[in-house]
Amino acid sequence: MVELYFMDARSKLIDIAAFMDRVERSGETGDYRYREFVKALAALDAPDRAEGVLNLLSDPSEGPLEQAGAGPAVGAYNKD
Amino acid sequence: MRYIEPHAHMVSRTMDDYQAMAMAGCRAICEPAFWAGFDRSSVAGFYDYFCQLTEHEPKRAARYHIAHYSWICINPKEAEDPQFAREVINIIPEFLKQENVLGVGEIGLNKNSKNEAAIFEEQVQLALDHNQLILIHTPHLEDKFKGTKLTIDMLRQFGDIDPGRVMIDHVEEHTIKMVLDAGFWGGITLYPESKCTPPRAVDMLERYGDSNRLWMNSACDWGVSDPLALPKAILELRKRGFDEATIDRFVYQNPVKFMQQSGIRFLPDA
Repeated sequence: MVELYFMDARSKLIDIAAFMDRVERSGETGDYRYREFVKALAALDAPDRAEGVLNLLSDPSEGPLEQAGAGPAVGAYNKD
Repeated sequence: MRYIEPHAHMVSRTMDDYQAMAMAGCRAICEPAFWAGFDRSSVAGFYDYFCQLTEHEPKRAARYHIAHYSWICINPKEAEDPQFAREVINIIPEFLKQENVLGVGEIGLNKNSKNEAAIFEEQVQLALDHNQLILIHTPHLEDKFKGTKLTIDMLRQFGDIDPGRVMIDHVEEHTIKMVLDAGFWGGITLYPESKCTPPRAVDMLERYGDSNRLWMNSACDWGVSDPLALPKAILELRKRGFDEATIDRFVYQNPVKFMQQSGIRFLPDA
């Protein structure tokens, strides 16, 4: 697996690092999507990481909404 | 290698895509009714779309010797106006009688609203009343986990539903287990950004492929998507050491097994 995927994962890891640098330089670290992104990194410290990241970026509420919200899904749920 | 594309929105694709898919080994395409990228303003607009799916698109596919089947419904994104949605539902039964229609789909939730849930349940009942297979869309991104849970909870309220006749699509690592544990089929969608990459899809097949209730699809449409995502996943399976017989089961036999429950002549020579 390491032989097959290391270079690809290395590239993506550097992309993530560069994305975080970019957001920091642009002063957008307060954006809730970025805050949730940073929180989701915690899932990398435990097994089932992909599932863990997806869960941390998901809406944790239960029950249907009264009305569909406007606009498309954005990839992170504002938990604050 | 032969394969079936069990979820593609070919009305949004060009003939070049049909040709490329045929050259890659695609034998059949199954096309669910979906959101066109804008809300339709009349029942007549849906009627025309259903005719496009059942009459026109099969002719385009046939030019490349690909069999074409469709699923009919009103999609969750246009279900927020229940009165309008019910008017559309009224015209669906005449299409369910056609010999190239697999069932009701892709129904489900989009933003997990009460109106979406109500129209979803009404279309599940429609499918049961007409003995149809069901194809279910699960919401995108942050809405998927909650939407998948709500979907399964609603399906469980139908005492007479056979989970082996229900496909819950767009599963990811956080939803696949709950879908399979409940006895449903699961679809893994290969999208460049918002769903699964081929390596992640193969990860899930390694862990859950023995269920024999999984397929992969491209769900290619008018957005950022890849009609050749499935052949790319086949290459990924080979890189990971899967033998040809197992790959054939994932990309051909499993879809055939599910679709042949529809009662129509789905790839009669398969």
